[in-house]
Formats: sequence, structure tokens, C-alpha cells
Amino acid sequence: MNITVDEIRRIIIASAGAPEAGVVEADFADTSFDDLGYESLALMETASAIEREFGVSVPDDLLFEARTPRDLAELVRSAKEAAAA
Amino acid sequence: MSRRVVITGIGVRAPGGRGTKEFWDLLTAGRTATRRISFFDPSPYRSQIAGEADFDPVWEGLSQREIRRMDRATQFAVVCAQEAVQDSGLDFAGIDPARIGVTLGSAVAAATSLEREYLVLSDSGRNWLVDSEEWLSPHMFDYLAPSVMPAEVAWKVGAEGPVSLVSNGCTSGLDAVGHALQLIQEGSADVIVAGATDTPITPIVVACFDAIKATTARNDEPETASRPFDRSRTGFVLAEGAAVFVLETLESARRRGAPIYAEVTGYGTRCNAYHMTGLKPDGREMAEAIRVAMNQARIDPTAVDYINAHGSGTKQNDRHETAAVKRALGDHAYRTPVSSIKSMVGHSLGAIGSVEIAACALAIKNGVVPPTANLHEADPECDLDYVPLTARERDVRTVLTVGSGFGGFQTAMVLQRPTGERE
Amino acid sequence: MTRTVVTGIGALAANGLGTQEYWAATREGRHGLGELTRFDVRTYPATLAGEIRGFDAADHLPDRLLPQTDVSTRYALVAAGWALEDAKVDPASLVDYDMGVVTANALGGFEFTHREFHKLWTEGPQTVSVYESFAWFYAVNAGQISIRHGMRGPSSALVTEQAGGLDAVGHARRTVRRGTPLVVAGGVDSALDPWGWASQIAGGRLSTGTDPDRAYLPFDRDAGGYVPGEGGALLVLEDAEAALRRGAPDILGEIAGYASGFDPAPGSGRPPALRRTIEAALADAGVTAGQVDVVFADAVGLPELDRAEAAALREVFGTGAVPVTAPKAASGRTYAGGGALDVATALLSIRDGVIPPTAGTHEVPAEYGIDLVRDRARDADVRTALVVARGLWGFNSAVVVRAWDADTANDLS
Repeated sequence: MNITVDEIRRIIIASAGAPEAGVVEADFADTSFDDLGYESLALMETASAIEREFGVSVPDDLLFEARTPRDLAELVRSAKEAAAA
Repeated sequence: MSRRVVITGIGVRAPGGRGTKEFWDLLTAGRTATRRISFFDPSPYRSQIAGEADFDPVWEGLSQREIRRMDRATQFAVVCAQEAVQDSGLDFAGIDPARIGVTLGSAVAAATSLEREYLVLSDSGRNWLVDSEEWLSPHMFDYLAPSVMPAEVAWKVGAEGPVSLVSNGCTSGLDAVGHALQLIQEGSADVIVAGATDTPITPIVVACFDAIKATTARNDEPETASRPFDRSRTGFVLAEGAAVFVLETLESARRRGAPIYAEVTGYGTRCNAYHMTGLKPDGREMAEAIRVAMNQARIDPTAVDYINAHGSGTKQNDRHETAAVKRALGDHAYRTPVSSIKSMVGHSLGAIGSVEIAACALAIKNGVVPPTANLHEADPECDLDYVPLTARERDVRTVLTVGSGFGGFQTAMVLQRPTGERE
Repeated sequence: MTRTVVTGIGALAANGLGTQEYWAATREGRHGLGELTRFDVRTYPATLAGEIRGFDAADHLPDRLLPQTDVSTRYALVAAGWALEDAKVDPASLVDYDMGVVTANALGGFEFTHREFHKLWTEGPQTVSVYESFAWFYAVNAGQISIRHGMRGPSSALVTEQAGGLDAVGHARRTVRRGTPLVVAGGVDSALDPWGWASQIAGGRLSTGTDPDRAYLPFDRDAGGYVPGEGGALLVLEDAEAALRRGAPDILGEIAGYASGFDPAPGSGRPPALRRTIEAALADAGVTAGQVDVVFADAVGLPELDRAEAAALREVFGTGAVPVTAPKAASGRTYAGGGALDVATALLSIRDGVIPPTAGTHEVPAEYGIDLVRDRARDADVRTALVVARGLWGFNSAVVVRAWDADTANDLS
């Protein structure tokens, strides 16, 4: 099962709270984590939840390179493929 | 306004040896005391290494009742306090108890006992809580409310003045002594038994630092896992320990002809107001804390003979700190030896600031700068003189010691050989 | 000497969320005690608590702060925000190093940490939250407040059980005197999860009463322990000159005196420290016992401790010579929150010329020799108030709060 940006959104909000006010839901996936108000701990908590739910571990250095939720979804997809290969 | 405040007694319990002499021998030999965790099976944890102290409360002279009642961190504190009092040679019985205070620092306080009691009360996690009072330790409240820790020390030394626990995370050990300094300076007490303790080697604390990946996972090399300033560093090594001091006025110490380890001449603390765990790379607030401490001590950067670093061995800390030292000391930063004893005894959270003050006081007394162990190739962004591997003889008159902790706390302290001593 | 004044209050307790609600209930002696609702408390020997109701943190704080904060930290953040608002302080307009935070708590972020212990032991170490490393520890409130408001001055967290709120105020005054013009100070606590509750019961001082109107009766002949609460207060303390310079809208009063002392080791036979601590605080404020208009008592609600406190007050003030009150009978004892809340209450007493009653207490033993304000508030020209707090194991602290006269502003030196 591949992770969708909607699932990323759900997990981030559960891990780190709703984003900064004023972000339209439709723009969420392509808004930067900075603008959404999520910092490094929010991403680590999110990554830990992704690992528990999807069994995919995203290395920290890659995690902090993800700028947006869409980047993160892509990262999880490729980490999963790498693990399967 | 200020009265001058000196350290006349030291008690230390740290990994790698019992008491002050063994502690100092370990540091000056550049030996490390970190090892694979033996207190519980660490295999489910990311980081499986710690600086464990070989501490035997019976050997230390605590009674069975005290051992049952006190958390391990409290035991450390009480033992160190007694040792410091003895070391000072000060006749506590001859002082009005209302003029004696206690300030103790601790970050996670009674964590070990909390976890033990949790496992009993929850039937090892199977229930939220066992609904029977029979399972409840009569001391459970002591572990919930850790102000019992300075209380135990106060009872032991007969203090009836200001008593408190200063709990500022990983700067607690500096801030507890800083707090005591302020109390004596302003005249709220004449003598304070001050220091810090933490015994965090328990699953919940190990798991906490696992979660944020602040501790190193270099599990195959426990003895060389703590590598402050080295380019191969991957995090800190959790540790336990305590150090407690007798602080009194310079005047009273001189009057009774007591040997003085060091005078506490400057103390500054700032917050980064940035992040609960993150540090801005520029080191601005730590630099400001250093400037405040130097101003109070009325010294220029060039007076600093040795800097005892926070040097935890996390990627961000060591760069942050290097930037802060350069910002505060300018060019003199490059001419000053800087070392981290966490490379040898690990990072005992709130206690380490006091353990490091002990190291600074001993550096002044003995004219030796302890090294940074395990430092083979410095991070290119950490370009100061970190005293790699080998201790260095040096006339140390003025020491700067710094700490940095979760919550954004940044603290600096200046310790000096009192003018007129050994000169 | 620098004079330290209070320019803003943020208070929350079981009998009032926000300073206005709290003060309205406190004046009327309306309590907020009841059966604890957070979990099924019926199997425990103590069931009553002063629980804050109707508090939805999301109404007050950014959503992103919620996953990382214990309930006690949420209270601290909200109270600090209210206090700054009350003082009309815009932290962004001040120098960051000129603002500090000094908080006290006794119990840490306990509900949060209980949850993480549970996760660790049921689901494994990998499930422990990244936030646990700071959500639990005692410095969390100082750190979070400093971050939220950009305060980079000297900050600290003190743990002295129920004396902590006063020690925080005392240390904040020290910090102001040492050159930091503004310090947010006070305390909050909460540990109303099952483990926190069991631990409080182990402390041995909780009331096992089941009638909320009769369970916590400080100084009453039927006193049988206290009802614990949650909440507390944060205050804005300022160097008086700095407050006047920035045009602070209201100076609520001055922190005129402070002292702390510790009881002798059990069994030593030496006298307890409360009396001399009170005397030291009065001396520090430069006031005589006769100048004190009201005492906000520690009021544990256990006969032995009430008797000891009454004795100390008698010795300092004379029998029945000063009105004594214990508004915490209505809020429950909120640990480090209690002293801070009492300082806030004393300031409001000064402002409105009224001494709030000790809710519930009816009959004070004559031997206590104290004039306890009961049943209803008493009108009084309150100029100087003494606030007393004690913590388990022997902590004693006292703060003297004094009315601020615009005239005395001229005496600033």
C-alpha cells in the first residue's frame, strides 16, 4: 500500500496538531512545512507514526530534506521501494 | 552589594570511580567510563550505552530505611553532600541553621523510582493502574514531588534556611550553584550546600532520548561512544552522577583558614526562546550568558585559561557551542583550551553542570586541564583547541564553564582562584 | 533598591477560568470542588478534586502546541498569555534579554508522562513521543512561555512542593532587582490522572470526605485533610520604574517582602521555621506586624498543621489581631499554583478593598486564636497583605504584598 498525501496530512495533524491558520486544505500538500508551522520535532513525531503504521523507516537526513507534505509522501514511497528491492 | 562566594568542600559521585580523587584520576588519565547498559536489558532500545556509576548505598553508609525511602538520585545527593561538608572542614553545628541553605539541581529527579512504582502499580503496564492501595508505596508521593530531594539533604546537613530544587533541565547543575551564589551574595544565607544529581538510566528516559535521537546509537563501541567535537560524533551518552559543594563567603573561609578550591565570580543565564530542543547555529544567547558571567567576574576574555564545554557530542550542540564561545571570546577563543568531560563520564543531564564545576575547581587547584577523550578528528566546523585525548598541565586561574539545555536554557559560570591564593 | 511591582495577572482554578471569573467566585466563597471526572475515581479512598471544567486548550493555544504539552503546561501558557495581556505588555516591543520567566511546579507534566510510560510498557520504546523528553520535566513551563513570547532573559524553574508559587515570585523579584526589568512568574500544577491521583493519596494529606461543601475545611474543628486542585496563576512582575516608563495601565501592588525557611529535621526538637520566615518577610518589607491588614494562610486543613500555623500567626500578630483567610478552600490546593494564586488574590483584595472568605469553614477552635474570615467577604481597606505557603517536608515561604500609591512613585530610588 502506498501512502497518499491525505494520509500524510492525517498523520501530521495527529502527531503535531493542525497547521498554522490560513492554510487552505487544498494547498496543504504543497505548502512548505515552515509555512504550515511544523518544525523538526513535528516531522520526527510524524515519521515515527508513519513507521508504526506503514512499516517504513525514513532516515533523518532525508526526512529533514522534505520541504512539503508531498515531498514527504514521495520520500516514504521511495524508502518503501528501496526496502522492498 | 555583593559578598564574595567560594567553594570549600566538594563531594562527587560519577561513573568510573567513587569520590573526588578517583573522579579526578579518571579525567586526568583521559579514561572513559561509558559502557553497555547493565541496569536493565537495553536491547530493545536505540541507544544501549550509558555512564553508569558503581554506587553502593550500603557501602556509602546509608541506613536501610534511607535506602528504601530515597530515590537513587537522592541517595547520590545525600552522600555527596555529606562528603562535601566533611571536605570543607566547616563546623556546621556551630552555625545558626537558619543561615544554612540547600539548592539542589535535577532534571528528571526521581525518574528511576517513578518507573519502578509505575511497573508495580500498572502490573507492568497491563493496566492503567491497579485499583488497590496495597500496591501503593508510601513513598510514591516523594517520587511525584521531587522537592523531597533537597529536603533530604537539608535534614542530613542541618539546614533550615532557604531550601529548593532548581530544575532547569540540563543546566540545573550550573543554575543550582548560581542560585546559591545569589542567595549568599544578597545575604539570604551564609552557607549553602549546593549541587545537583540525576540518575536517569531507566527505560523511560532512555526511550525519551531515543525518540529524539539525541543519544548515540554507537552500541558496538560503548567505551568510545561519547565523542564531543569529533566529526564522527552521533549524539550524547546518557549518564548518572552527582556533585555537591559547600559554598560560603570568602571572608568566612579566610577567617577559619579553610583551603579554598575556587571562587564563583560570575554567573549568567539566558534563554534562546527558540525551540524546546533545537539550537540556533549562531550561539547568540549562550554568548550573551558568557558575556554576563565575564562582566560579573570583571574579566576580559583574555583572562580565561580554560573553558569547560557543555560538549554533549550531538551534532548541533558542539557547533552551537563553538559558535557561542567564538562570539563571546573573539580571537581569544582560539588560544584557550576547551574540553568536554562528557567524553569520559557521559551526560548526567541536570547533574552534569555540577559535576563539571567540580572538574573546574579541581583544574584550578591542581593546575591541570582535563582532556576531551575520543577526539581523533575534529569536525571542521569545530575549530577550537579541544585538548584531545591527553590532559594538559597549565596554570589555571580562571575557568569558564557553560551549559545548554532543553527549554532553551543557556548558562555560563566563571570560577577563579581567589586573588591572594597560591600566588 | 529597585522596587518590584505586579502589573498583570493570569489566574485559573476550579472556581474560575480567568482572573475575573476566579475573583468573582472567590469573593463570594463559591467553591469549585466536586467528584473527579477524568476517570472512574469511585474505587479510590479520596474522590473529590478542584478540577478545572470547560477548558478547551484549542480555544486558547495554537493547535501545534497541543500534542507537545501536558495539561499543566497548557494552563501555564494560557495564564501567562492572560497576564501579559492584562499588563498590556507587547513582548515584541521590548528587548528580549530584558524579559525572564520564573515558574514553579511541584509535579511536572504528569498526565502526559503517565501516557508515555503506558505506551513504553505496552507498545514498546519506539512509540514514546518525541515530546516526552520535555513535556514531563519541571522546566517545561518556563521554556514554553519564554519561547511563545520571545523572552530571552534569566529564567528558572523551582520545585518546593506547595511553597513553590511564592518562591517563584520571590526569585522573580530577585531577578528584577538584579537587572531584568520584566519577569513572568508564578506556578501551576495538575496531576489528576489515575497515577497522579494515587500518588497524591500516598502523600497522606488528602481529604476522604465525599461532601464537596464539607471536605476541605481549613482551620475548622472538623478539618480532615485537603482537596487537591489544579491550576494556579502567572503574574507579570516589573521594575517599578520600567513599568511606569512604558506606561503600564495598572500597578496592582508591590512585592514588598519575601523570605523562605526550612523546618528542622524531624525529631530534632527544634522549633518550626514558619514564624521566623514570616518575621523575616515582614522585616524584608520594612513593615511591622501591626501594619498587616490580612493574612492569606497556607491552610492545609489538617488539625496539626492548622494549629501550628495558627500558633505562628498568633506569635507574630497577637491573638485575633489580624484577619486571616484561605481562599484556596474554594479552589482546592493547587500545589505550586497555590502560592501564586494567593498573591494574585491578595492583589485583587487590595484593589477592591475586600477580603474574600474561607469557604466552608464554620467553627474555628478558640485555642487557634485567629480571626478567620468566614461565610462572606469582609470589606476592609487592605494596604498590606501577607501570603504564607508551606510545602510538605518542611518548606516555608512568605510574601508581603503592598498597595502601590502613585505618590510613592516619587520615592523610587
